[in-house]
Amino acid sequence: MQSILEISGLTKIYAGGFTALESVDLNITQGEIFALLGPNGAGKTTLIGAVCGLVKPTSGTIKAFGHDLSRDWRPARARIGLVPQELATDMFEAVWRAVSYSRGLFGLAPDAAKIEEILRSLSLWDKRDEQIRNLSGGMKRRVLIAKALAHEPELLFLDEPTAGVDVELRRDMWRLIGKLREGGTTVILTTHYIEEAEEMADRVGIIREGRILMVDEKSAMMARLGRTEALIELAQPLAEIPPVLSAFPLSLTDGGRQLCYRGGDGTGKGKEEVANLTKALVHADIDFTGIDIHESSLEDIFVDLVEERA
Amino acid sequence: MGFNFRGAWSIYTREIMRALRTVFQSILAPVLTTSLYFIVFGAAIGSRMEAVDGVSYGAFIVPGLLLLTLLSESTSNASFGIYMPRFTGTIYELLSAPVGVAETLVGFVGAAATKSLILATIILTTATVFVDYEIAHPVLAIGYIMLVAAAFSLFGFILGIWADSFERLGIIPQLFLVPLTFLGGTFYSIDMLPEPWGTIAMFNPIVYLVNGLRWTFYGSSDVNIWVSFGLTVGFLAICVGVITFIFRTGWRLRS
Repeated sequence: MQSILEISGLTKIYAGGFTALESVDLNITQGEIFALLGPNGAGKTTLIGAVCGLVKPTSGTIKAFGHDLSRDWRPARARIGLVPQELATDMFEAVWRAVSYSRGLFGLAPDAAKIEEILRSLSLWDKRDEQIRNLSGGMKRRVLIAKALAHEPELLFLDEPTAGVDVELRRDMWRLIGKLREGGTTVILTTHYIEEAEEMADRVGIIREGRILMVDEKSAMMARLGRTEALIELAQPLAEIPPVLSAFPLSLTDGGRQLCYRGGDGTGKGKEEVANLTKALVHADIDFTGIDIHESSLEDIFVDLVEERA
Repeated sequence: MGFNFRGAWSIYTREIMRALRTVFQSILAPVLTTSLYFIVFGAAIGSRMEAVDGVSYGAFIVPGLLLLTLLSESTSNASFGIYMPRFTGTIYELLSAPVGVAETLVGFVGAAATKSLILATIILTTATVFVDYEIAHPVLAIGYIMLVAAAFSLFGFILGIWADSFERLGIIPQLFLVPLTFLGGTFYSIDMLPEPWGTIAMFNPIVYLVNGLRWTFYGSSDVNIWVSFGLTVGFLAICVGVITFIFRTGWRLRS
């Protein structure tokens, strides 16, 4: 697929000396949904700000749609949309007017049908004449999304789009992002909710202290770093792991009353091994009363990665 | 992609709409204040004052009062226009859009200057109710009013970017512009001042602006009229230069 955003050696050091980004390299391909995960202060918003013109990079290059953003920023910015993390909008403006303003600001002719389509897709049509200050927090966030979509961007940044919103809006937003993907829009989102990335992203990048730790296909990352964990409750405690079980990656917990398996690779191999383990336990005449088995989630992988590199 | 006309127009119309939303503060309040000056100094006291340079006192103060409103309103409108997006965080949209210094100036400064020109029209019309005056060089007067409105809207735009609090936003207009305008010959001719105040007054740049506008009204001035025009144009050019520098470096706009 064609690369529409190429970030190379991007570094941002703020006036106080804080390094927010350090030699970040990142390529985004057309039509993908890319989730940027990282703890607070990792540099996610700075990275988005550097691409969108809010932050002046200290060094490095950013190319969007083939245009170098330090020189040829106009045509590139016209194709990029941003939904910021903060609910920043003119609170005294009516919804329709605010969204129309955004379209004009990006150089597009007024298009009432398009604005209506966007407002309807975000359940804002009934609120079109309301002043934004009269809307709920969730509705205000929808307005920000509508404003970002008003100029029909090909690349959309969503900075923590579901922070502080209710479950219903979060699901609505996921559906909207799905529709945008179907329409060919490339989406880059930052989130604290790993579930969100797991649900929607094609690729995931993990950033910590201004450095990209890993970028990979979500499925490949889970296959490579995923694990199966099984907790087997034993009928009688064990003092040590019997030699017949030495082939399995096991440990004893809870004073020998629990046998803990951690293995596999995220492809289902772990489940097979757990099945073989239970057979081995039966053959060895080791009685057990329960099994709790689960595959590691993207969240587990994220936490492992971030803690491992800390 | 060259100049983003629609982007500039969007900013311009939004700023004008904002003024219409706050019509009392933007239009009626300054017109009322200036009308009070005309009533007190023009109609009430002015009728008992001697003519200045052959112009009745009530008519003499019209250009100065008009300039007082032009300076303060142009400065505050433009400074507020750019400060509010910075304060509320909506500046993100402007910075991420394909608009540069030219579109931003046409939008914000153009709207602030337009509001000032609307005010000037209303004030000059209102003044006819209280005092008799004629404009000797109407075309030059309109041109000069536009020049001053543009220059001080640019100045206000710089203030709005410089200010990091509402207090700072008001410091320059209230502590410098208004006093300098009052002392800049709005209510008197510099010739009327005793020495050394007459000489000291010549260091006040507003003296040249007031006299420039007064010349377009009555054809008489305390200072060389070309110096007045030159200073106004020079001030405008400096402001454009400063704003261009601000956008190139991202000072106070981009982190």
